Amino acid sequence: MLRYNFSERVMHCFAAFSYIYCLLTGLAFWSPSLFWIAVLLGGGSTSRMLHPWVGLVYAASVIYMLSIWKKDMLITDLDRRWTKFIGAYVRNEEEEALPEHAVRSFQQFAPVDRFNLGQKYLFWLLFWGGIVLLLTGIVLWFSEYIPWSLRFLRLASVILHPIAFLITLGGFIIHVYMGTAVERGSFNSVIHGYVSETWARHYHRLWVDRIIGNANSKK
Amino acid sequence: MSQASLRIQKISGHEGSVSGAGMARDVEEKHVCKMVDTTTCIGCKACEIACQEWNDLPFASTSFENTHQTMANTDWNFWNLIRFNEHTNEDGKLMWLMRKDQCMHCAEPGCLEACPADGAIVQYSNGIVDFQSENCIGCGYCISGCPFNIPKFHPATHKVHKCTLCSDRVAQNLEPACIKACPTGCLHFGTKDDMLFQANQRAKQLRDDYAESKGLYGFAKAGVYDPPGVGGTSVIYVLHDATNPELYGGLPKDPHIPWTVKLWKHPLKWVGNVAIVGGLVGIFVHYLRYGPKPEPKEEPKGGH
Repeated sequence: MLRYNFSERVMHCFAAFSYIYCLLTGLAFWSPSLFWIAVLLGGGSTSRMLHPWVGLVYAASVIYMLSIWKKDMLITDLDRRWTKFIGAYVRNEEEEALPEHAVRSFQQFAPVDRFNLGQKYLFWLLFWGGIVLLLTGIVLWFSEYIPWSLRFLRLASVILHPIAFLITLGGFIIHVYMGTAVERGSFNSVIHGYVSETWARHYHRLWVDRIIGNANSKK
Repeated sequence: MSQASLRIQKISGHEGSVSGAGMARDVEEKHVCKMVDTTTCIGCKACEIACQEWNDLPFASTSFENTHQTMANTDWNFWNLIRFNEHTNEDGKLMWLMRKDQCMHCAEPGCLEACPADGAIVQYSNGIVDFQSENCIGCGYCISGCPFNIPKFHPATHKVHKCTLCSDRVAQNLEPACIKACPTGCLHFGTKDDMLFQANQRAKQLRDDYAESKGLYGFAKAGVYDPPGVGGTSVIYVLHDATNPELYGGLPKDPHIPWTVKLWKHPLKWVGNVAIVGGLVGIFVHYLRYGPKPEPKEEPKGGH
């Protein structure tokens, strides 16, 4: 079944590639030991010139992402139920963690809609991180136009930009790891858009019920 | 150019040692210093012109603000600016305060600290802080690092420029162009020790004059400006009123490298590096310990 439609996949690619470019050039400016990355990517001046423009692409994609996923990303009471199982989820022990008599599957006890709580947290982290990076990035982009009397803007941006970078990077590393290595099938879904119904039922039961329910009611 | 004849002791955005450091004889090179005696500056601006001429800078357009000041600020093509302030003393006397504004060449330069580009800013062992345009990437972080509002961005080339303390002249044992042009002898150039000695003597003379003339002339609060917050500077001032440097066109009382720059370059960088490496190690360990999630199984029909 279709999990991500074409525009969602295109948007995800824009976000991914722009984030990775900004991450690589940003790492070059972050530490002298990594300045060679900027050299590989066309030199320090080129990296400095492109980094903010590509950053705008990232900001635009997360803002678009908010506009299409906002409803799916709101945190619900069921999600709070799911938090009890986060430890088990991380250890891949969703099934064992349940009291035997309660339910057969983790998904039945705390069913997940289109996105689970972890995905929602990640989304909000990358969204708000992106907004902080955007605002501080604009200040740093135009440092020379910030008047001396408003220099606190520059001085705040100098520290907030790398903090937001580190926080989003944490989310990004976990996201890429989960999406490629842990949950088999999810990487395919952001490229081709489709997941198996079994997969969907396992990870996103409510969503499946909703989609299939809709499809049935349309018939 | 300058790099050929001056030894480098600090390099911006540079991992590892400074090449050549500790190699040459008499590395204990004397710091050079400009001393500006604001009490004898007449605001003739010969130093401004000498700077423009020696450095072949294209002329910057001046602005007229009904004062003696040429323009609001130094610029990428205007590195030396006489700041002019009219000040009324407590006793009602009017004073014209002139200050030669330029890069202070801090012993602990905030621009160099903030700069991410390898070798874009260097500090020579004689104390001069110099921008190396060929390595500058135009990020503007030096603008945020500087407590004196000195580095200025060239909008066309995206490089940052400032006073070089005539490192090219100094390397050839010449005094900086501004010093050479000064007609009143308010500008002096020599070793930091000599200039400090001379400046302190001059400040003492002004204070003594005040005491001896019972306030008729001299200045009770005269003193030397060599801010310790940035490790001292290679440009020092004798001020009429050293307790209030802000009067002289915003000379900061206690300049420091901004704390956010220090926080970013030291603790945050270490915490960040440990976190990034820790995170990467963490996911590998997770994969080895728990591996991928099992393939979802087909559920038996019939539900609950």
